[in-house]
Amino acid sequence: MSTLKPPPKEHAAREQWSSPYGFILAAVGSAVGLGNIWRFPGVAYENGGGAFLVPYLVALLVAGVPILLLDYSLGHRYRGSSPAVFRRIGRRFEPLGWFHVAISFVIITYYAVILAWAIRYTMFSVNLAWGDDTVGFFVGEYLQLGDPAFNLDVVGGVFWPLLAIWVVAAIVMARGVTRGVELANRLFLPLLTIMFLALVVRAMFLPGASDGLNQFFTPNWGALADAGVWIAAFSQIFFSLSIAFGIMITYSSYLPRRSNLAPTGFVTAFANSSFELLAGFGVFATLGFMAFQQGVGVGELSGIKGVALSFMTFPQVISMMPGGPVFGVLFFGSLVLAGFTSLISLLQVVSAALQEKFGIRRQVASLVVTGTTGLLSVVLFSTTNGLNALDVVDKFANEVGIVIAAIAMTLVVGLGLRMLPTLRTHLNRTSTARVGKWWDIAVGIVNPLMLIVMFGITLAALLREGYGGYPTSFVGIFGWGAFAFMVVAAFGFSAIPWRTPVDDFDPVRVHDRADDALVDAPEPLRVETLERLSDDDEGGRR
Amino acid sequence: MTATAIVMMLVAIALIWGGLAVSLRYLLTHPLHAAEEGPTSGTTPGSYPTRG
Repeated sequence: MSTLKPPPKEHAAREQWSSPYGFILAAVGSAVGLGNIWRFPGVAYENGGGAFLVPYLVALLVAGVPILLLDYSLGHRYRGSSPAVFRRIGRRFEPLGWFHVAISFVIITYYAVILAWAIRYTMFSVNLAWGDDTVGFFVGEYLQLGDPAFNLDVVGGVFWPLLAIWVVAAIVMARGVTRGVELANRLFLPLLTIMFLALVVRAMFLPGASDGLNQFFTPNWGALADAGVWIAAFSQIFFSLSIAFGIMITYSSYLPRRSNLAPTGFVTAFANSSFELLAGFGVFATLGFMAFQQGVGVGELSGIKGVALSFMTFPQVISMMPGGPVFGVLFFGSLVLAGFTSLISLLQVVSAALQEKFGIRRQVASLVVTGTTGLLSVVLFSTTNGLNALDVVDKFANEVGIVIAAIAMTLVVGLGLRMLPTLRTHLNRTSTARVGKWWDIAVGIVNPLMLIVMFGITLAALLREGYGGYPTSFVGIFGWGAFAFMVVAAFGFSAIPWRTPVDDFDPVRVHDRADDALVDAPEPLRVETLERLSDDDEGGRR
Repeated sequence: MTATAIVMMLVAIALIWGGLAVSLRYLLTHPLHAAEEGPTSGTTPGSYPTRG
């Protein structure tokens, strides 16, 4: 580490959500993303249908809410971006924070591309431009997909909507937490809810809808004996809730010192799951209609998840139904809105880290982040090879990157530093609901165990059979290469000296002593203390 | 839809959407600032009304 003293500079107050509800909207906007719409319904259906509810709710309460509260407690107590939080916990843990930033950075580059497709498909919906062969249209005419290899042939139909996304994202980020991120969520989340509700209601009245829902909810209790089904439930909760890679840490660092963390966590988690259930209704009612039109059983349909569901199967159904264009605009518009609020939360992870590490203004950070990720997204994923590269990077970012980050984080704060009782006290001091000892066990023992098993199975399969039938060299470059990038970036950025006084922050002084003073003080003093504390809130990081 | 599927659908709705309703209601009826606005019934100044 260098001994360079940062130049004395006036610290602007740490940005803050304008109200607790602004934070909840942003947290829900981040959690509700593409995974809720295109992943949950298919995963639930393939893993026991109605019976999936059991492992899903267990995973929500054992993994989802506890890790979400861990993120909240870390971000709120240590008041910083992920790298700042982990450095304040212990200097040697700073790379874990940068690992979060690197995962977010990688995800941003391809997530934005899917949004670009969704924007283009919102337009295609108007005249059902995909015609009869929706698969051929998507991979051939639209993406101009080539063999899995690296190339630089940019596809115009992806490039222009992508550029639009980057311009809007840069503006949102530059406007800051309140006037940018929060405002975007205040506008987009209600709009998304209305549009998606309209879509679901329409889908429920399609002929065959009840057959689809019947398939979706019919329980296969035998599935509960299958370990794979439980892993699927934990994975779904994990990847859908935006936990364990810095987003919720960053977002909760913008909360005022006194914030009702625990109940807010439950609201966020259940809101995310509620949207998933709603998507289950919408998607399976629509698939029921498709099966009805084709005279086949719902169980015989393929392409019911992810990219295939959204860009191949749904266009086909949309072409079949009366009023298809309206339905198409609602569906792809929902994907755009859900994805955009998640994209800006990923961008905030990177932007906050750069602002704090290098002492740069958020407008500068916004340009740097959107500029680099934007350029990479164009070079890597808007080419004729975009779909293949995206598939591989997505697999490694989620099932290798995030899972390793989650294992490391729970082991460090749990068995390693034994910080969970302190963090739980922090949650309880700032909440009107009490988090019990069960939380320590869930976060410190059950989650690392479950995650290590999940990761072991993923790793064994990756090493044994590669991924998705892609050439080994291709998986090597885009999969293991992306992972290697994350690790190198994690240690590389940690080695660079901080330009802001990151180590001057003392959570005990800022939180605990202030709380004690508050509880012990007689009434007149209490008022004075409260006034001082709210000044502290204004003063931001110290 | 079969009776089993309908039951599972209702259970899912009750637990997930119900869970959202209950947690939202809790958040709205247990706001933080009660502790800051002075003593409320049954609490000492500065304590958190519903802790414990």
